[in-house]
Amino acid sequence: MVERLEATMATSEIKTNDPGIDPATGEFRVVAPELTFRSVTDKISHIVLTPHTPLGWLAIFGIAGGGATVLLVAVAWLFLKGVGIWAITQPVAWGFAIINFVWWIGIGHAGTLISAILLLFKQSWRNSISRFAEAMTIFAVVCAGMFPLIHVGRPWLGYWLFPLPFTMNVWPQFRSPLLWDVFAVSTYATISVVFWYVGMIPDFGTFRDRSQSKMGQYVYGMLSWGWRGSVRHWMRYETASLLLAGLATPLVLSVHTVISFDFAVAVLPGWHTTIFPPYFVAGAIYSGFAMVLTLAIPLRKFYHLESMVTERHIDNMGKVMLATGFIVAYGYGMEAFMAWYSASHWEAFMFWNRMFGPMGWSYWVLITCNLAIPLTTLWSRKLRTNIAFMFFISLVVNTGMWFERFVIVVTSLYRDFLPSSWGTYRATKWDYMTFVGTLGLFTALFMLFVRFLPMIPMNEVRMLLPAAKIKPKAAVEAGD
Amino acid sequence: MPAREGTYGLLAEFDTPGDLVRAARQAHHDGWRRMDCYTPYPVEEAAEAIGFHRNKVPLVTLIGGLMGAAAMFSMETWISVLAYPLNIGGRPTYSWPAFIVPAYEWTILWAGLSAAFGMLALNRLPALYHPLFNAPNFRSGATTDKFFLCLEALDPKFDLTETRAYLQSFAPVSVVEVEY
Repeated sequence: MVERLEATMATSEIKTNDPGIDPATGEFRVVAPELTFRSVTDKISHIVLTPHTPLGWLAIFGIAGGGATVLLVAVAWLFLKGVGIWAITQPVAWGFAIINFVWWIGIGHAGTLISAILLLFKQSWRNSISRFAEAMTIFAVVCAGMFPLIHVGRPWLGYWLFPLPFTMNVWPQFRSPLLWDVFAVSTYATISVVFWYVGMIPDFGTFRDRSQSKMGQYVYGMLSWGWRGSVRHWMRYETASLLLAGLATPLVLSVHTVISFDFAVAVLPGWHTTIFPPYFVAGAIYSGFAMVLTLAIPLRKFYHLESMVTERHIDNMGKVMLATGFIVAYGYGMEAFMAWYSASHWEAFMFWNRMFGPMGWSYWVLITCNLAIPLTTLWSRKLRTNIAFMFFISLVVNTGMWFERFVIVVTSLYRDFLPSSWGTYRATKWDYMTFVGTLGLFTALFMLFVRFLPMIPMNEVRMLLPAAKIKPKAAVEAGD
Repeated sequence: MPAREGTYGLLAEFDTPGDLVRAARQAHHDGWRRMDCYTPYPVEEAAEAIGFHRNKVPLVTLIGGLMGAAAMFSMETWISVLAYPLNIGGRPTYSWPAFIVPAYEWTILWAGLSAAFGMLALNRLPALYHPLFNAPNFRSGATTDKFFLCLEALDPKFDLTETRAYLQSFAPVSVVEVEY
């Protein structure tokens, strides 16, 4: 009943006879009705197999490569001089590196959500966006993983993080969330890469069979492991995909939970709270969906993929952002409530200082970008399907979520228990260069992915097409 | 020992998954066992039609996951209790609740790797050469938009002429002989 009501309400808002609307449900179609097995295959493989590289691609790759070079310079200087070139000092000993680490990991989580959790929930609309959401996950984890490594000060000793048999017989301390983090993030990176690669194997088979060049046939042939589409193979493949999705779901929740433990286990006002795990996970998904939109909207335009990444996807992602945005809002509200209800002087002062202290502006940027703008506008279907507006919202939420981590890290630290040790935090140009550099690296990796790998899973889109429906024999004979 | 020369089988090509499933179901019903279907995306009904109902990937995954959990938990215990006992705020050396988190992560890591590589191993992949790739119409269709049924020469019912006529009765787009 409720669903029917929503469907009628939804249809009343949009013009009738729109080819993008499925008349049966009143919803936007997941894929355009005119697609066939061959046209899907042609469209997606042409992007990769064409010898012609679009000028726009070269331009963006050039700019992104420039950004990645900035990262190289910043990290080289860091290795020569040490972490003193960053703004971290007492009392703010955790600065941009941790902020960026949490921000990037959080962005990665939406990729896993789309590829794993929505697969388990049989949300087949996710099929066309799952691949590049997974790619986004992996490149975001690459950027995230770099920050702890360069933050340790002596990166050449980074292997000390792992329990390896050294000659000095020192072993890691397994009661620390920082060590749990090592296993959580390394597992997350590995499983994400495996899930992504396994998903691409059948599509590599398609590329091998359609590539015109010897080189392409050879490389994609190797990457496809000789995939030939036997139904026995497909059934094992489907089982493995479901199992990987089932494993990635608790994994993604555990990863951001463990990251939130890095803060929550510390006995520090602003960090020491039990709301952190769910609030971090929801925030991760919130920012991750924003990043998927930031990437998907220009891509579908540039490569004319509107028939596969439809308004339905944009609309649904807007809904997920609305829901996770409210969980995040609950988290902010609960932090404020506990600051009062705990009756702890330090907790109350920290919160007052977070809002109205010298760095209070950052809190209000966060509230504006994460709550005020998106949570008031995303209710409207008209705005959720307005592509330009959704692109704008995605940038706003990404900014807001970066400031959320800034607020958590910096404003909890800069005025601690003793007024004599109060300080402030002002990022140096090396901090900014490292951050901008990871944006460049992320974009450059993503551009390479778009050019050389199947960015939309062809085999999964084929399953969405009406031709994939097996009709009973009587219906075929009746000419249905 | 499978033959490595002569005919691998006869390959019938269909335009729709429904035609393939009907042909495969009938062939399985008529007693064919050395057979397989090839499709550009997973067609569950085709697997059911040729009598492939269960696979061992879940078992491999379970074993992998349990091994991962056991490996990490026992390593943590050995390190923290025997090899390098540390006094962390007076906690017992065997503080097992803290050990659960890395053990949980490794359960997922090993289970996931077992699922992915177990699936490939059970599929006998990588197999960069396969006789089917010799069929002139296989590579242009099987990974794009065509549906294939292959009756293999190793089946005792196989006879080049009779089987060809049998496959023709399903009205396929074509029937071709596949050689090793």
